[in-house]
Amino acid sequence: MAEKVLMKGNEALAEAAIRAGCHHFFGYPITPQTELAAYMAKRMPQVGGTYLQAESELAAVNMVLGAASAGVRAMTSSSSPGVSLKGEGISYMAGSDLPALIINVQRGGPGLGGIQPSQADYWQATKAGGHGDFQVLVFAPSTVQEMVDLVSDAFDTADKYRMPAMILADGMLGQMMEPVVLPEVGEKRPVEKPWAANGHQDRRFHNVINSLYLTPEKLEDLVLARYERYKVIEATEQRAEEYLTEDAELVVVAYGASARVARSAVNKAREQGKKVGLIRPITLWPFPKDTLKAAAAHVRKMLTVEMSMGQMVDDVRLAVECAIPVEFFGRTGGIIPTPAEVLGQIDRMLTE
Amino acid sequence: MAIVFQKPHALTDAPLHYCPGCTHGIVHRLVAQALDELGIEGRTVGVASVGCSVMSYDYFACDMVEAPHGRAQAVATGLKRALPDRVIFTYQGDGDLAAIGTAETVHAATRGENITVIFINNAIYGMTGGQMAPTSLPGQVTQTTPYGRDTNTAGYPVRVCELLSTLDGVAFAQRVTVDSVKNVNIVCQAIKKAFQNQLDGKGYSIVEVLSTCPTNWGLSPVEALDWLRDNMLPYYPLGVYKDVEGGVKK
Repeated sequence: MAEKVLMKGNEALAEAAIRAGCHHFFGYPITPQTELAAYMAKRMPQVGGTYLQAESELAAVNMVLGAASAGVRAMTSSSSPGVSLKGEGISYMAGSDLPALIINVQRGGPGLGGIQPSQADYWQATKAGGHGDFQVLVFAPSTVQEMVDLVSDAFDTADKYRMPAMILADGMLGQMMEPVVLPEVGEKRPVEKPWAANGHQDRRFHNVINSLYLTPEKLEDLVLARYERYKVIEATEQRAEEYLTEDAELVVVAYGASARVARSAVNKAREQGKKVGLIRPITLWPFPKDTLKAAAAHVRKMLTVEMSMGQMVDDVRLAVECAIPVEFFGRTGGIIPTPAEVLGQIDRMLTE
Repeated sequence: MAIVFQKPHALTDAPLHYCPGCTHGIVHRLVAQALDELGIEGRTVGVASVGCSVMSYDYFACDMVEAPHGRAQAVATGLKRALPDRVIFTYQGDGDLAAIGTAETVHAATRGENITVIFINNAIYGMTGGQMAPTSLPGQVTQTTPYGRDTNTAGYPVRVCELLSTLDGVAFAQRVTVDSVKNVNIVCQAIKKAFQNQLDGKGYSIVEVLSTCPTNWGLSPVEALDWLRDNMLPYYPLGVYKDVEGGVKK
């Protein structure tokens, strides 16, 4: 059994990435993810890896594109305004079928917004990571241990489907400390990447990493092929945690930091004898619609709790196909809802 | 029968899409020739950039990556850090390198990235149809400077070799042109040196090639060469701007 250590979320993400075989980190300073880069700056030289502080988020994400093209595991991390800039590289990596990891430790927006925790980049992560038709794998941890576990899963899934993956965290998870068990180094074997642009050594025709296709039919074919992969992902990679849902009349749906608050509210409601449960999406794309649809068959109402003006709520409504009422409660601007506020909403919905 | 002249191995058989009289073809050949002569095609990865040369990924026979507009040197940085024993080069135009990619250029240079940069300066945006480039000359008529580049409102051209040669990370910067056989021979040597520097671990090397764009300049290929000599050479003097013998890496 590996040793338990106390770690900050941002540092745990970094250590987990190194242990998942990522030896190439390209970043740019931004609050509240800075500890991640600082940790990488300290650790990468110890493992013979690359830590590079780029001149901008644009440069950082495109350095990741270059390293990913070479066939190595590469990553960048940022927070909301920085991730907007990374949208260019994310779209190009999706269009070039490149696996890589992008971490967003979300803060309040829009614009420069604030530096307190937020979940207002849900739409950006799951629907509009950049221009064009594409998806990014999106993982949403809600504990520091899950941050560690999902980093490795994100790299593996990205490699498996040759696409970018994102960890959608927030300032609260990034800054909080919890005990974690770290995986051993090199537990998994690196994936073969015969498509990589790493020098053909006169043994094959040249590999080309590219997203430009001037013939519409060719471009459409490639996008269609990518969407066939997305269908497989939607069918096989959905993940969610169900908590006290079997007999629940009302289910709260929340991910990441707000799921922690929602869980407290659900526990309090149960203490009061109310039949309330929690569904916590772990993958935001693919969205765990099967779990939600199944729950909608025996649940009377759902309530999403988000640190935004209500973004995931759209996906919940689509997943349950409007079979039951789905309401939203949230705080935004960097404010974390309290369990009491959520409990108030639960009480109101149960009595209505 | 003796072979006296042939296409370099490092060029594929794909037909080039460049306009008649465009000098991209010559520079492609010279880059490929350098890869052949140094015997490095198999361990080279090139980075194509957005602009007329975007499809150079189909022409160079080494592995290739197509970068977003302006980001070629960031992509090259990622490649080189992941593959330090491979040879990485970028092939970029003036809009890509000196406008949208200025930050990536300056910072790859100041970091002394051990890469080779081939920079085509033809004083215009070719692919999008002849707009003002960062290197368009004062008074030059383009689609977006229909009354000539007014330096009061559109500013002055960027002299890339002069700018970069002030940076400590740059090992080698030379401006050349392909207007004549004599000058083509100089380009040939400059490009080969820029690759050899990388093999020797010297740091950032850039070759700026003054080139023509007959289509968007509205001139015949021969007139375009004259225009280059009459207008570009005085503003962009040829020569070696920096050559740090031992390289910039400590």
